Amino acid sequence: MYPSRFRYEAPRSLDEALDFLRVYGDEAKVLAGGQSLIPLIKLRFASIELVVDINNIPGLDYHRQESDGSLSFGALCRHVDLEHSELLRRSQPTMAAAAPLIADPIVRNRGTLVGSLCHADPQGDWASVMMALGGEIIAAGPGGRRTIPVSDFIMGPFQNALRPGEIAVEARVPAPKGAVSGNYLKLERRVGDFATVGVAVALETSGSTVSRAGIALTGVGPSNIQATAAEQALVGSALNANSIQQAGRLAAEAAQPKTDHRGSAEYKRHVVETFVTRALGSRGAVAA
Amino acid sequence: MEERRVTVEVNGDTKTAEVEPRLLLAHFLREALGLTGTHIGCDTTNCGACTVLFDGKPIKSCTMFAVQADGHEVTTVEGLSMASELHPVQEGFKEEHGLQCGFCTSGMMMTATALLEENPNPTEEDVRWALSGNLCRCTGYQNIVKSVLWAAEKMRSEGVVRR
Ligand SMILES: Cc1cc2nc3c(=O)[nH]c(=O)nc-3n(C[C@H](O)[C@H](O)[C@H](O)COP(=O)(O)OP(=O)(O)OC[C@H]3O[C@@H](n4cnc5c(N)ncnc54)[C@H](O)[C@@H]3O)c2cc1C
Ligand code: FES
Ligand code: FES
Repeated sequence: MYPSRFRYEAPRSLDEALDFLRVYGDEAKVLAGGQSLIPLIKLRFASIELVVDINNIPGLDYHRQESDGSLSFGALCRHVDLEHSELLRRSQPTMAAAAPLIADPIVRNRGTLVGSLCHADPQGDWASVMMALGGEIIAAGPGGRRTIPVSDFIMGPFQNALRPGEIAVEARVPAPKGAVSGNYLKLERRVGDFATVGVAVALETSGSTVSRAGIALTGVGPSNIQATAAEQALVGSALNANSIQQAGRLAAEAAQPKTDHRGSAEYKRHVVETFVTRALGSRGAVAA
Repeated sequence: MEERRVTVEVNGDTKTAEVEPRLLLAHFLREALGLTGTHIGCDTTNCGACTVLFDGKPIKSCTMFAVQADGHEVTTVEGLSMASELHPVQEGFKEEHGLQCGFCTSGMMMTATALLEENPNPTEEDVRWALSGNLCRCTGYQNIVKSVLWAAEKMRSEGVVRR
């Protein structure tokens, strides 16, 4: 397949990239891992005047823990970096569980976390993970930098909250206040398929009391869904069979699945309930 | 539309060419350089037939523009053998009947080569996991997995790590 023609620039600094975006506005597209954008360009779903390849900008491939305990992920941090990350294994079980389940190993070598969030595919796994964790996007643009909660950043299917001229430079997970546990469970028909159902669960506990709960769902609605009622059912008391069951039921109620080639709406709703209860019962935990 | 000059190290040789930005790396390799060992199966980033090593890591060459390879190293299946000697991974596919029609084979071998460089002693599970982005419509994968394990064994016994 031959894409239609476009201009290509590979700036060596963020400022230079922002200059190109300022000039071209809506007509320009940022190219990160290219694992969603290039297929779209090939199908000519996206017609673009200018591609701004950010892969040559040094210093964007990091992921690290900041001194305040938050985690930050640069725009060129790739899925494979997170799959092999000791830091995540040690400190962020929901992300550690999700990373190896994104796409397939070859796509993971290129695709980025921040690019996934920007792409806002309703079937995307990272958006659910970040919503469950209360994650944020840092956008840089002509007016400086601003921080956008991922739950506001994802505005709808394939729609994010970036303004023309802005680049998402970083994703962030705020510092936990309690002991962290969590999981990501995904039902897929085969490796490399998008989720039939995905469930992200992220808890913080002090003592045995749940102080914060995040639950978000993939593949069962027009966008990723934050299961707010299910989260609230867990906060303020210790996890027990009852609260786990109730959270599963409330999350299934929050889901808006559609019958398609991946399964019936009823089946998907059932999987949501099963996965929420299962994930709450089998959370990887890390030291506070 | 303006062409761009790219310089890419392909199988150890420096190649310079003028390319349109929209030219995909897979087409660049096959058409500009005549390296037709890299196959295009699905052209939709699903099958992995077009897998090449980009700075040593497997990528789908149908999902990268040739301009992006400027200043980088690309290894294709043509770069696996040394002179007339097959790479152990190629030998493995021959010994263990790791191919039928052969369409997926070059992609499979590139992914397998990268795996064995990272992990010289993989389990069957490791091999299946690493190859899970490469699709084969013929073999049922069984012999592909055996081929890679054969190559791993051979490379360990000879103490070779090469590409
Ligand atoms: C076969 C296959 C299977 C897949 N399976 C899954 C899956 O199971 N789960 C899943 O979650 N994803 C899956 N994906 C998508 C994959 O995770 C992509 O890597 C991801 O969606 C996009 O990240 P990218 O870095 O490749 O972004 P790109 O393709 O480079 O960009 C995607 C979009 O985001 C914009 N963008 C990217 N980075 C920035 C930035 N820093 N600032 C502003 N805009 C930006 C681009 O302009 C473009 O519109 C799959 C992809 C393929 C090809
Ligand atoms: S041809 Fe590139 S993935 Fe199928
Ligand atoms: S041997 Fe025919 S596709 Fe794999």
